Amino acid sequence: MRELSLNVLDIAQNSISADAPLIEIEVLENTEKKELLIGIYDNGKGMTPEQVENVKDPFFTTRTTRKVGMGIPLFKLAAEQTGGHLNIESEVGKGTRVQAVFKTDSIDFTPIGDMESTVLMLITMNTDREFIYRFGIDERIFTLSTQELKAILGDVPLSEPSVSMWIKEYLEEQTQNIRGGMLNEIT
Amino acid sequence: MKSLEELMAIRDKARASMTDREGTGEGIRIVVGMATCGIAAGARPVLNAFVEEVAKRGLKNVTVSQTGCIGMCQYEPIVEVFAPGKEKVTYVKMSPENVPEIVANHIVNGNPVVEKTVGAIVKN
Repeated sequence: MRELSLNVLDIAQNSISADAPLIEIEVLENTEKKELLIGIYDNGKGMTPEQVENVKDPFFTTRTTRKVGMGIPLFKLAAEQTGGHLNIESEVGKGTRVQAVFKTDSIDFTPIGDMESTVLMLITMNTDREFIYRFGIDERIFTLSTQELKAILGDVPLSEPSVSMWIKEYLEEQTQNIRGGMLNEIT
Repeated sequence: MKSLEELMAIRDKARASMTDREGTGEGIRIVVGMATCGIAAGARPVLNAFVEEVAKRGLKNVTVSQTGCIGMCQYEPIVEVFAPGKEKVTYVKMSPENVPEIVANHIVNGNPVVEKTVGAIVKN
């Protein structure tokens, strides 16, 4: 994968396949520790301890177990090659938590890439699910919740082109805000 | 800054135009393979390009959606077009640059872009 945002899109598809009603994605950077944490958490059908071990093994895949494949191994590799790690916690009937830590000063750190595009695609292609997206650098954190958006939109779907366009611009603006360190009180 | 008030105005406008769209019957489905293989090969910009092109042309009755692995990972990104009463058309090795042509010729005018189909590209 050329960007970590593509790994996130891929891993989040597993949550969709696991019938999760709520999927949380967080991308948090700690500039002091030079670490990036990426988490994908869902309340889907979960996995058994054996399945959790198996998803880390790319050569385990068979066609009958469709959702296990290269997704987790690639994400794990991206984290480990920076000196970081990947952790999966899962419980049948409760959900799955995938968390990866990256060392951002490593030469092998893959850029985050277009995370806004990943989030927008997940939101607009899966309007029957709820998403919470958190993006932050140190203490500056921005959160987007589809439940909040749906409360405003009512019967107008998130996939409506004018709505998607607004979400896209909103995500970009908020992300830029956090990256640039602009303060909200200057309005 | 984008505000939630702005979103309310968009909602009201969308509601007004949504009623125009009702009762148009079965439509064309554009499906993009978005498994690990598709994503790694560049399916995300292809899907985005279809969404944008369909929105730009204001096409009603056309839906863009995603699916899992289509089974020919080496030919990803793969896009399938399902039109009512017609055979499925499968496009392979897609890039965002191919999208406007496929929307114009195939989706709007009903003529598949043969050079990009699986039949033209995959030779034994």
